Amino acid sequence: MKEQLQKDFYNSIKNLSLSQKDIEIKKFCLDNFIDKGFPNKKEEDWKFSDLKQIIKNNIGELSFYNDKASNNKVDTSVFLDALEHNKIVFINGRIEKIDFEYEKKDQIEIIDQSETINEFENSNSLSDLNNAFTNKCFKILVKKGYQLAKPLIIYHTTNSKIWSKNINLRLNFELDKNSSLRLIDLFNDTSEKNFLNIFYNFELKENAVLKNYKVDKFENKNIKYSFNNIDQDKNSISETFILSSGSNFSKNEINCNLKGVYASAFVNGVFSLNNDKHHEIRSIINHLTENTKSYQLIKSVLEQSSKAVYQGKIFVNSDAQKTDGYQLSKAILLNKESEFNAKPELEIYADDVKCSHGSASGSLNEDSIFYLMSRGLSYQQSRELLINGFLLDVVEKITDSDIKNLIKNMLGIKE
Amino acid sequence: MDYRQKEINNLKDYKYGFSTDIENIQAPKGLNEDVIKFISNIKNEPAWMLEFRLKAFERFKVLKEPDWQKPKFPKIDYQDLYYYSAPKSMKDKPKSLDELDPKLLETYKKLGIPLQEQARLNGIAVDAVFDSVSVATTFKDELTKQGIIFCPISEAIQNHPELVKKYLGSVIPTSDHFFATLNSAVFTDGSFVYIPEGVRCPMELSTYFRINASNTGQFERTLIIADKGSYVSYLEGCTAPMRDENQLHAANVELVALDDAEIKYSTVQNWYPGDQDGKGGIYNFVTKRGLCKGKNSKISWTQVETGSAITWKYPSCILKGDNSVGEFYSIAITNNHQKADTGTKMIHLGKNTKSKIISKGISAGSSDMTYRGLVDISSKAKNSTNYTQCDSLLMGNKCGAHTVPYIKNKNSESNIAHEATTSKISEEQLHYCQQRGLNPEEAVGLIVNGFCKEVLQQLPMEFAVEAQKLVGISLEGSVG
Repeated sequence: MKEQLQKDFYNSIKNLSLSQKDIEIKKFCLDNFIDKGFPNKKEEDWKFSDLKQIIKNNIGELSFYNDKASNNKVDTSVFLDALEHNKIVFINGRIEKIDFEYEKKDQIEIIDQSETINEFENSNSLSDLNNAFTNKCFKILVKKGYQLAKPLIIYHTTNSKIWSKNINLRLNFELDKNSSLRLIDLFNDTSEKNFLNIFYNFELKENAVLKNYKVDKFENKNIKYSFNNIDQDKNSISETFILSSGSNFSKNEINCNLKGVYASAFVNGVFSLNNDKHHEIRSIINHLTENTKSYQLIKSVLEQSSKAVYQGKIFVNSDAQKTDGYQLSKAILLNKESEFNAKPELEIYADDVKCSHGSASGSLNEDSIFYLMSRGLSYQQSRELLINGFLLDVVEKITDSDIKNLIKNMLGIKE
Repeated sequence: MDYRQKEINNLKDYKYGFSTDIENIQAPKGLNEDVIKFISNIKNEPAWMLEFRLKAFERFKVLKEPDWQKPKFPKIDYQDLYYYSAPKSMKDKPKSLDELDPKLLETYKKLGIPLQEQARLNGIAVDAVFDSVSVATTFKDELTKQGIIFCPISEAIQNHPELVKKYLGSVIPTSDHFFATLNSAVFTDGSFVYIPEGVRCPMELSTYFRINASNTGQFERTLIIADKGSYVSYLEGCTAPMRDENQLHAANVELVALDDAEIKYSTVQNWYPGDQDGKGGIYNFVTKRGLCKGKNSKISWTQVETGSAITWKYPSCILKGDNSVGEFYSIAITNNHQKADTGTKMIHLGKNTKSKIISKGISAGSSDMTYRGLVDISSKAKNSTNYTQCDSLLMGNKCGAHTVPYIKNKNSESNIAHEATTSKISEEQLHYCQQRGLNPEEAVGLIVNGFCKEVLQQLPMEFAVEAQKLVGISLEGSVG
């Protein structure tokens, strides 16, 4: 893999007008990655999902060079009609369109940050890979007091032009004081066997509100990794909802730093998996100062030989008195081949806190099915009703009603 | 001063912190094949036993000390330890208690361990292990009548080789992890229990461990076999003198329960925890594992961990037989600079297996406590259930309490439920107690005992009283 990486790396930087210093930095990141390689199950954070093995089994040899010179045609049929929205379109990892048509132009700034590299706490060798190979990186700045009128949808589209490729992309967001942003990541793949490596960094200033929805619903054979770092200042709120369903393998990481008092973070997720899919959500909520709050709810419905993993950690610093942390994960295993693994972790250094977690997994409740069937529903109907009710609980946590309805429709949940 | 306060003051200092001046025989310092041969030779062991040890040592040489645990400690120099230390007078084993070195008897008297038969009233059979050798086993006759074997493991190797050969290493093989393998290579003594088919052991069996010599590691090995339909309750207690350096204690405990058998294993661990600044104390790195081999078997671990500078252990159950049951009840208390990383593993292999985990952690002072546990339901373990509850109580903002459960469910017909909470003693509770005339320390003692009650009531009566006192003492000075 080493030769491939080096060859592809020189091909990638050849087309970019980078300063010598930038090349050095990228080179440094590349060497780091070559040194460490893809994460494997020997690393505690990847215990349940051995990415190295998964890439080897599903893709085989990856290539890292992407020709970013030529334009891709934007296929408008993938756009959502149900909802008026702003757009950022990625096609095969290349940024094709940034369109804030519904917003005041002077309130949003798009800054080219391609020369900076990201360094995150709690990240891994994939951030080195990302830093080495991303060529364009933008920062979206929402200015003080501005609240976006419409949500922003980021389309991640891939098509059959790419095969066995690694795609790296990066975006930074800054929400200034009293601003707000609703964001949907929508994956739409017609390609197969590629590895997407996505890094987002959010910076929330005082009173800022971020609503971050990740929707991976459409069936595809790609492997995805997404890392989200969220730094939160005083009184800010972040809400993350993850619908994890479509890809062959997917791992979402949320790393949330509650740095200001009264900041709160919500992470909710739904795994709805079939076949031999393997998905993971890993969340780390760092309560770094007093009076912060976090709430997490993860529910999974697992069919066939699918596998879901939830690793959630609540960290409470010794200064972070009066922390309120809660975490619950529940799973229904519908097939004897399916598997649910959880590692809900608490690491607490302050005494005046209220932290708890719960985790439960098991089969559908036979008594409930009996109850429904005795009232005239078929087995299939009863099962569906129970599963929908189970998942609805999480979807109802979405605070934006338009987006809530959108996601309900996607999951086929009727009320 | 009222009675309670007096008692607490009496116990405030680690009262087991004395050391006894007894002449010792020690193996040469360091760890190598010669030392292992020395141990095997001095114990007059058969060739297969030496082979077992050497096999383990071969494996030990390639293993690395694990480093994933939460409490970090300075590197242990395994060549700087004595692996065998025995009171000299034990070289030719005394035939009865009368022949025991009076100094030894005195030590055990100080510890409150009744070795003399006149302590019959207590109704507990005791096997006392002093440094590395078992010094006395009481109530032998009575047990022999029922066919129960309760003796030092070195004696069992001589007298019951067929049983030892069959079961030793069957739960913790010589190819296990670092500390378990080290124990397999150099273990010196420990207790051996065999309960024959259909026998319900009429009394509690108990072992008392005492580390006396300095610079010695203590490596005992306990093997308990409960044959079909039998029952045994086993208690373990431990103390050590106060010394400035850290001492290593790496024991292995293997339990085997055959069809319909039940083993109840209780530990009250009160090794020297080090002084208030965290100097000295025991490193308690113990491997305890039970195998529910037969159908309908049951293994229950109960532990009260109050001592040791570092406690690092996970008493586990392998639920292999159908309908077998594993239980784990634990109270772990850390104060001052103590550290604990403890919990359990429940590995469900058979059908209809059940496990229950109740863990209560209390940390005070500058201590650090981690619950780490694994529940693994394999795809064959149909209709299995697990229930886990782990609660932590924090006192003060210099200590830490962590929960790291690993939950793996590979079976759709099985259910796992896990709950954990972390909190502090609420002002309301304290206020309520104080209003009724308790001083703050008494109030905390009462609340903590209530917090631990679920576990304390699992202990045999004689131990429960001692444990309850220990809970109070361990938290001395943590209020205010």
